[in-house]
Amino acid sequence: MTIEIQNPTSKSTGAPIQKDTPIAVRIDDLTVAYNYKPVLWDIDLSIPEGVLMAIVGPNGAGKSTLIKSILDIIEPIAGSVKIYGKPYSKQRALVAYVPQKGSVDWDFPTTALDVVLMGTYGSLGWIKRPGKKEKKAALEALEKVGMLPFKNRQISQLSGGQQQRIFLARALVQNAAIYFMDEPFQGVDATTEKAIINILKTLRKAGKTVIVVHHDLQTVPEYFDWVTFLNVKKIATGPVKDIFNDDNLTKTYGINYKVSIQQ
Amino acid sequence: MNSAQIEIQLIASLVAIACAIPGTFLVLRKMALITDAISHSILPGIVIGFFITQDLSSPLLIIFAAISGVLTVVLVEFIQKTGLVKEDTAIGLVFPALFSIGVILIGQNANDIHLDIDVVLLGELAFAPFDRLLWGTTDLGPKSLWIIGSILIITLTLLLTFYKELKLSTFDIGLSAALGFSPAVMHYGLMTVASITTVGAFDAVGAILVIALMITPSASAYLLTKDLKKMLVLSIIFGVASAIIGYWIAHGLDTSISGSMTSVLGVIFFIIYLFAPEKGYFSVRYRRKQQRLEVSLLTFLVHLQNHEDDETERHVQHLNEHINWQQVRSKSVLELALKNNMIVIHNDSITLTKKGKSFTKKAIDYIVTDKDAKIEAMKDRFFLFRG
Repeated sequence: MTIEIQNPTSKSTGAPIQKDTPIAVRIDDLTVAYNYKPVLWDIDLSIPEGVLMAIVGPNGAGKSTLIKSILDIIEPIAGSVKIYGKPYSKQRALVAYVPQKGSVDWDFPTTALDVVLMGTYGSLGWIKRPGKKEKKAALEALEKVGMLPFKNRQISQLSGGQQQRIFLARALVQNAAIYFMDEPFQGVDATTEKAIINILKTLRKAGKTVIVVHHDLQTVPEYFDWVTFLNVKKIATGPVKDIFNDDNLTKTYGINYKVSIQQ
Repeated sequence: MNSAQIEIQLIASLVAIACAIPGTFLVLRKMALITDAISHSILPGIVIGFFITQDLSSPLLIIFAAISGVLTVVLVEFIQKTGLVKEDTAIGLVFPALFSIGVILIGQNANDIHLDIDVVLLGELAFAPFDRLLWGTTDLGPKSLWIIGSILIITLTLLLTFYKELKLSTFDIGLSAALGFSPAVMHYGLMTVASITTVGAFDAVGAILVIALMITPSASAYLLTKDLKKMLVLSIIFGVASAIIGYWIAHGLDTSISGSMTSVLGVIFFIIYLFAPEKGYFSVRYRRKQQRLEVSLLTFLVHLQNHEDDETERHVQHLNEHINWQQVRSKSVLELALKNNMIVIHNDSITLTKKGKSFTKKAIDYIVTDKDAKIEAMKDRFFLFRG
């Protein structure tokens, strides 16, 4: 696959990105609204290849919406998104997605293995069913997240952490270049959190780009090397060591805190 | 059995299968109520179809009815999206409106011909064998059989072709969209199939039975299995079983066939609700009881461990006052512990055995550490940890 290399534009407010690093995800002037109320306002964002990036911001900042509009799940009212220089609809194979755990019904009659197999549906396309090759890939992904012994377990009988690992395995099986994860650490125990972050770090080492909606500000410096502050508008984006500071945290959360006190 | 009897059962069984397939997905999508709405709001479609074709048996009627079925879904979603009312309210707003439009259309324009609500709404299985499909002078069998047979073939083909996509978009709408399997296409596809099936089945079996056949077999199967394919198969089995049993009950009691079949469906659901191995009423009750007992057991064992050196605390008679339990509960806990060789009673004084000690340690360990791996080992042995 040919990869178009684009340099970040002057609009980028983040730390300078090395000129030879391709831009994995590039967002220009993205505005998203629900019922004419903007939830994302004129977002410009370039995510360089190979970073492990946290998207942080208060509740209602539009973090999930940002991911969903990158993945064509929500239609923006303005702006464009490019995955390695092309629209998402042409680059689906390069992207894996882990939705919020709460977005699905875990009482659905299906097994852990079956859920992981769903990760292969994208490469199969319409109508074609998963075969031996897909099953093998799914079992390997289960192994990687330490869930192989539970492959035939009905998904409602898994703990919250196990369910999250199943979701992660489903993304791994997509064997993508870019991973989007919506709060993968929500409601998981400490062991699972550690296991998940290790897998994310392995992905980054393999040159993948990993973008995570994250809530726990304390763990940002430990887990991530890149961060985007978001609160309807983009506040800042860049390497954690350069921009993860009080100034940006206040800009992102400060106003919101005042609002919540008034209420 | 005469041929009319066989035909009635065959038609009812095919209707049951054709309803169980979309019904399963509707139940899983928590959209069961929409079939009720569709079954009423197809009326204007049928009426308009009749005005155009002037023929009550035209297949165009089914298509028009299906269009108004899908229109119901579109309108419900439109109203819901305004955010002013919830889905159930939106359904309640849409279908009476469409239904009444149909009623008014009939009243205004079709008074002189045989198109009344009875014909449209109350299909009667007993009459199905009398309405024959003729090819020239050759009798090809009951018309309903052909209609529902064709619908079933279409439904089955679509199910086998798009099973994977249907499953994904039902389970995880976000991933489905991200992978390029448009959830909207699947949604409206399913709704179209549900509408067509409702219309086709309607004519043969009537409104109540259609709704019952869509929802009840799937709801029953849902209580029994953890596998979508098995759920589909079980729904079909329950639907067909109720069709056949219901027919013979109606035959014996000389009463409404649709009514009997619907009642059988209700009875099947009730039995499964009571006796389903995991989700059933008795099973849940038993599990709760066991869990309570096991918590007591653990409390008791911990108490024994804490008072290893104090014989009075471990005296059989002292247990009631110390742990503050009713006599019966103390007795059943003691029996459970004894049965599992966790304690020995010597001169009315209770002592933990080696097994009892190691179990107590493990259980406490599990509760304190909450490690997944440990939970699994404990789950197999005790209800307590099965959630």
